[in-house]
Amino acid sequence: MTLANSVKGQTVCIAGIKHPMVRAQAIRFGISEGETVMIQEIIPAGPVIVRKKHQELAIGRKMAEDIQITLVN
Amino acid sequence: MTTCHGAPIKLDIGKGEQKLVLAGNPNVGKSVFFNHLTGMYVDVSNYPGTTLDISHGRYKDWVVMDTPGIYGLSSFNDEERIARDVILQADKVLNIVNALHLERDLFLTRQIIDTGVPVVVAVNMVDEAKRRGIQINFDRLQEELGVPVIPSVAVKGKGLKEVEAALPQACTGRVNQELAAEIDTVSQTTANRGEALLALEGDEGIRTAYGISQKDKREEIYLNRRECVNEIFQSVVTETTQGANFSTKLGYWMVRPITGIPILAAVLYFMYQLIGVWVAGDVVGFTEETIFQGYYEPFVRGILTGFISPDSIFGQILYGEFGLVTMTVTYVLGLLLPLVVAFYFFLSTLEDSGYLPRVAALTDRVLNYIGLNGRAIIPLILGFGCVTLATITTRLLASEREKRIAIFLLGLTIPCSAQLGVITGILASIEPGFVLMYVLIILSILIAVGMIMDRVIPGRSSDLLIELPPIRLPRLANVLKKTGIKSFAFVKEAFPLFALGSLLISVLQVSGALNALQDALAPLTVGWLGLPKESANVFIMGLVRRDFGAAGLADMTLAPYQAVVALATITLFVPCVASVLVIFKERSKKEALVMWLSTWVIAFLVGGVVAQLYAHFEQIYLTVAAFAGLMALLVGASMLFSRRKTDVSAQSASCCHSEQ
Repeated sequence: MTLANSVKGQTVCIAGIKHPMVRAQAIRFGISEGETVMIQEIIPAGPVIVRKKHQELAIGRKMAEDIQITLVN
Repeated sequence: MTTCHGAPIKLDIGKGEQKLVLAGNPNVGKSVFFNHLTGMYVDVSNYPGTTLDISHGRYKDWVVMDTPGIYGLSSFNDEERIARDVILQADKVLNIVNALHLERDLFLTRQIIDTGVPVVVAVNMVDEAKRRGIQINFDRLQEELGVPVIPSVAVKGKGLKEVEAALPQACTGRVNQELAAEIDTVSQTTANRGEALLALEGDEGIRTAYGISQKDKREEIYLNRRECVNEIFQSVVTETTQGANFSTKLGYWMVRPITGIPILAAVLYFMYQLIGVWVAGDVVGFTEETIFQGYYEPFVRGILTGFISPDSIFGQILYGEFGLVTMTVTYVLGLLLPLVVAFYFFLSTLEDSGYLPRVAALTDRVLNYIGLNGRAIIPLILGFGCVTLATITTRLLASEREKRIAIFLLGLTIPCSAQLGVITGILASIEPGFVLMYVLIILSILIAVGMIMDRVIPGRSSDLLIELPPIRLPRLANVLKKTGIKSFAFVKEAFPLFALGSLLISVLQVSGALNALQDALAPLTVGWLGLPKESANVFIMGLVRRDFGAAGLADMTLAPYQAVVALATITLFVPCVASVLVIFKERSKKEALVMWLSTWVIAFLVGGVVAQLYAHFEQIYLTVAAFAGLMALLVGASMLFSRRKTDVSAQSASCCHSEQ
């Protein structure tokens, strides 16, 4: 499952990020592999907005398709 | 381009002096600290090879330098590269972090500490963190980092004195021992430990500059640092969760299309009412007609006629039809300044409120069609203020490809606030149908050119990854200050250019060349565009600044369709001299020249086609439909003749990689 087909309100764990450059940026933002984020909003066909603590990030759809996730309950 | 290769650049600012550098993530309140330390006397210098400004001032015997907000030291985009170079040459760093986002901000803190420079950390906005239930153990944080840590609420002046007092105690902090050992080895080839660290972290520019071929350990170092930051965070921060308050909810409404699009429409409509209707109409009516044409111009003329005859060449140049001390002053101060002030006021409010990144998220999907991502909405919106400034802002885009598309679209289709004011003034006097016609023509050009460029330019644009800062009520003092600085910069830049333009026109007029030029251009202006031959003046003036040209249109009597043709042509016509200079600085000479010449061709082609279509249909909607159809055909053709874009993931977010 990728971030792009997650559903609003889910809590997900980042399982894998394909591209090294995206991975490096994700580590800096604190959403690297193994971190847990909340799906705050999904703009139809647009970016996915994830939330971790007080930080919100908008992630473009194509990038979201490259981010593997697992569901956390 | 020098910056693209990312080799470290030596700065001239503060050469041979002790440098204190301010560093931090975006939106942490760095500027307040900067202003506090340096006082009123701040200099702004261009960064070598680019046009980005580095603010610097003095504090005691230190040179204080500001840097763009960054999330880490590396060269993922131009702003990071510049911040990297300034920070690496620092003798001391004041790192400002946001109490709300310690987990994120401390990554940069640890990275700066790893470079081996003495650091003081100011934890800012502790009041907001407290309100949101975040408790920070500052003593523990200081212990963990090994450098002085000072809590502050900079906008309220709290903690500034304490930070000042802590500056002499800046020290090198606790570094990762294993990493330090590796830095020791690499730093034998580099100029300093910071560069050695970044070389280990795979910074291409630094690796190439020193010919370092050792394995790149970015991932390992980053993960290690992240783990360490997470541990520090766990041990110093305790949180009591709180429900979403109004500003958080408002933030969601802004990005959710069903509420976000109406909010965006309302913001734009309000902006149009404020700037296009109220300022362009009532305020400018008062400043331009009453003050400048009513009092100022007769007064100046009255004085000057005593010394110089109005019929002499000097008289004509000084206070004739395009007079240097009459028309130029009236245009800049009476007509344009109120528009520019209003625009910057509005824009600074938006900037400080945290709304713009949300617009970027909302519009990301649409911008993907023209080869850009949502981030590009920021320079595009800024372009409505000043295209020159917006062109500089394109450096926040991650790839060369996006910069190329954004800069060309800015130069071609976006009218700046000065021009927009004049245009809305002219459009306000004609039927709404024609206004729509103008808007649709420009919009279809923006879309068509963007789509064609996306198809034709090789490579793929980067994806959106943007932080959405909390929605805040902007502070009036801050907004006013920004407005003041930017408006003053506008006058400083526009005045000489306007003077040059009116001097050019006056000289042409006095020498009789203007008439000859008008006749020579008649096939183009009269035959092709269907305008009166005097419209040649507008384009000659437009070469200097488009708003200057557009202002010339306001004084001509035109049929509504002629006004639309003329406005569309002048909008698409070459950007102002200042913008052109910036384009030449930001892009290669060849590319800039191609862009500049293309705007000529496109402007006259579009103007002429619209004129001919209208002459044929004699009706607004058919003309617009036919024009849009033509554009769609062009886009379709470009899709047929360019290869399809293939794999997505192979492209990187960095500027250097995107074009390889």
